[in-house]
Amino acid sequence: MARFLLLRLGLIVVTLLVISFAVFGVTEVLPGDVATQILGQGATPENVAVVRERLGLDDPWPMRYASWVGGVVRGDLGESLVQRLPITEMVGGRLVNSLILASFTFFVAMPVAVAVGIWAGVHRNSFGDRLASMFSLVAISLPEFVTGVVLIIVFSTTLGWLPSSSLVEPGTNPLTRPQILVLPALTLTGVMFAYVMRMTRANVIEVLETNYVRSAILKGLPMRQVIWRHVVPNAMLPTISVITLNIGWLLGGLIIVENVFSYPGIGRMLLTSIQTRDMPLLQALALLIAATYAVSNLFADLAYTWLNPRIRFA
Amino acid sequence: MATATLTPAESERGNAATRAVVGLARGARREFGYAWATPAGRIGLPLVLVHVVLAIAGTVLAPFPATEFHLLDRFSGPTMTYWLGTDEFGRDIFSRVLSGATSIILVSAAGTALGILLGTIVGLSSGYAGGKVDEVVMRVMDGLMSFPALLLALLVLTTLGSSHINIVFTIGIVFTPRVARVLRSATLSIKTMEFVQSARLRGEPAYYIIFREILPNTTPVLTVEASVRLSYAVLLASSLGFLGLGVQPPSSDWGLMISEGRAHIANAPLIVLAPSVAVASLVIGVNLLAEGLREARELPKGERTP
Repeated sequence: MARFLLLRLGLIVVTLLVISFAVFGVTEVLPGDVATQILGQGATPENVAVVRERLGLDDPWPMRYASWVGGVVRGDLGESLVQRLPITEMVGGRLVNSLILASFTFFVAMPVAVAVGIWAGVHRNSFGDRLASMFSLVAISLPEFVTGVVLIIVFSTTLGWLPSSSLVEPGTNPLTRPQILVLPALTLTGVMFAYVMRMTRANVIEVLETNYVRSAILKGLPMRQVIWRHVVPNAMLPTISVITLNIGWLLGGLIIVENVFSYPGIGRMLLTSIQTRDMPLLQALALLIAATYAVSNLFADLAYTWLNPRIRFA
Repeated sequence: MATATLTPAESERGNAATRAVVGLARGARREFGYAWATPAGRIGLPLVLVHVVLAIAGTVLAPFPATEFHLLDRFSGPTMTYWLGTDEFGRDIFSRVLSGATSIILVSAAGTALGILLGTIVGLSSGYAGGKVDEVVMRVMDGLMSFPALLLALLVLTTLGSSHINIVFTIGIVFTPRVARVLRSATLSIKTMEFVQSARLRGEPAYYIIFREILPNTTPVLTVEASVRLSYAVLLASSLGFLGLGVQPPSSDWGLMISEGRAHIANAPLIVLAPSVAVASLVIGVNLLAEGLREARELPKGERTP
């Protein structure tokens, strides 16, 4: 177990390095000179040279990469080209907003999805099961921006119950007006719910067909006990790895949903940085999102290991 | 090697590539036939076909050019002239949805094909090679997968600039590791089978075993994977369009139509609803088809890697 932990932690350091290298590489090959971009098109060559010198743009790329990564490790993500502010300051509040939205979604959608999945698996081919399967197929098939826009049409422009955009007053926190979280979270929930529910259902069905469950039933255990003691614990393990895979989807969904509802999180900021070609900001945000994904994968792996006696006691 | 007279075995080997392609096409047709027998396939296949036909015939069927302005008929509701009404420039929504179908289906299908091609080659070769090679290749694939799909696509497109070709390339890159993983695990179970062993004992070269012995036996997995990937390709391409990194205006793109139509949701919801229904019905169709293909072969539901 300790060996596994060490190995896994070592692997995450390698993964983060590879990610940082890829992000740096991708944004480095971009055409266009940062110095010219800062100074505007009318800049004299002398001024451009001075700025290049100051930003260290003439250094060979390994040095620039090293200084960037060095800065990231010290918590310094560089300076935004457009806003001229330290990125670490700009990102902080946005990251909190995104985490609030993501965890709101995650902790509401997951338990419900698992519960529905277990129910549907146990009552296989019942009317409710078919309904849940149909709903999940539609949910998987709808892009987030379609769900979001349709929800806006229904709950905002038609019924007028909820706000159509989720702007947050500067200096406040989304939790002070929780109603702005409802539609974005509902949009994100759709896909997550569907995946986890389908996977849980499939696993429950698979476990129900095993010999140990059959003998549990045949020795006369009440069905409730068979399900909670034998089926659910064994069906949950593979479900956890699916939840992990879906964190990546959740992060991608976050980028879209934040833009549908103008929610001030890192996804919205990422698109702005692309539109304004603010490379240092884009680099920082891409790194942040990929790192979040890698770290949450790590946690899911650990949870999987801890819950799996075959690995825990190995 | 003298090539003047080829033994039958050698001439068959020479045609390996052509035969592999023909074999795959036959295999795919067989799988679609099986899928047709399932309820999901019975709905999914026609739904996809309707989209494909509309995508091909779209420009002929469309009553107006997709970019034509009718400034006197802005925000028109559905009429006999404009079946689904018009948008803020008086462009015919129905024509725009039709022309959007052509581009999204072309881009998604080509991107999927690229991802499947690369992923299959990588997955089969890596799985067949095994050992250190396999280890290294799969680590690289894992590295690619450590980026959320949409983030990777955004980064690549920001770097390359947005165009049809680049979106196809992006989808291909995003899909390659995911396809490779699935095909590799199929290969691992096939390569221990007797017909593969006997081919190896006959002294067949690796490429022959991989593409003529193993590949044909992966068609059930491959067709399911291709259809699942296609549904993600449509989602990814339309999402990129929505974020403004898809096809550039004024040519029409479903995602972009929805993004731009949001400003007029209150007085002209059809601008948004028409492309929404289009993209939803296409993806639902592809997903049902995937479901049918899977059910027909009784393949496990399996985890879907978005």
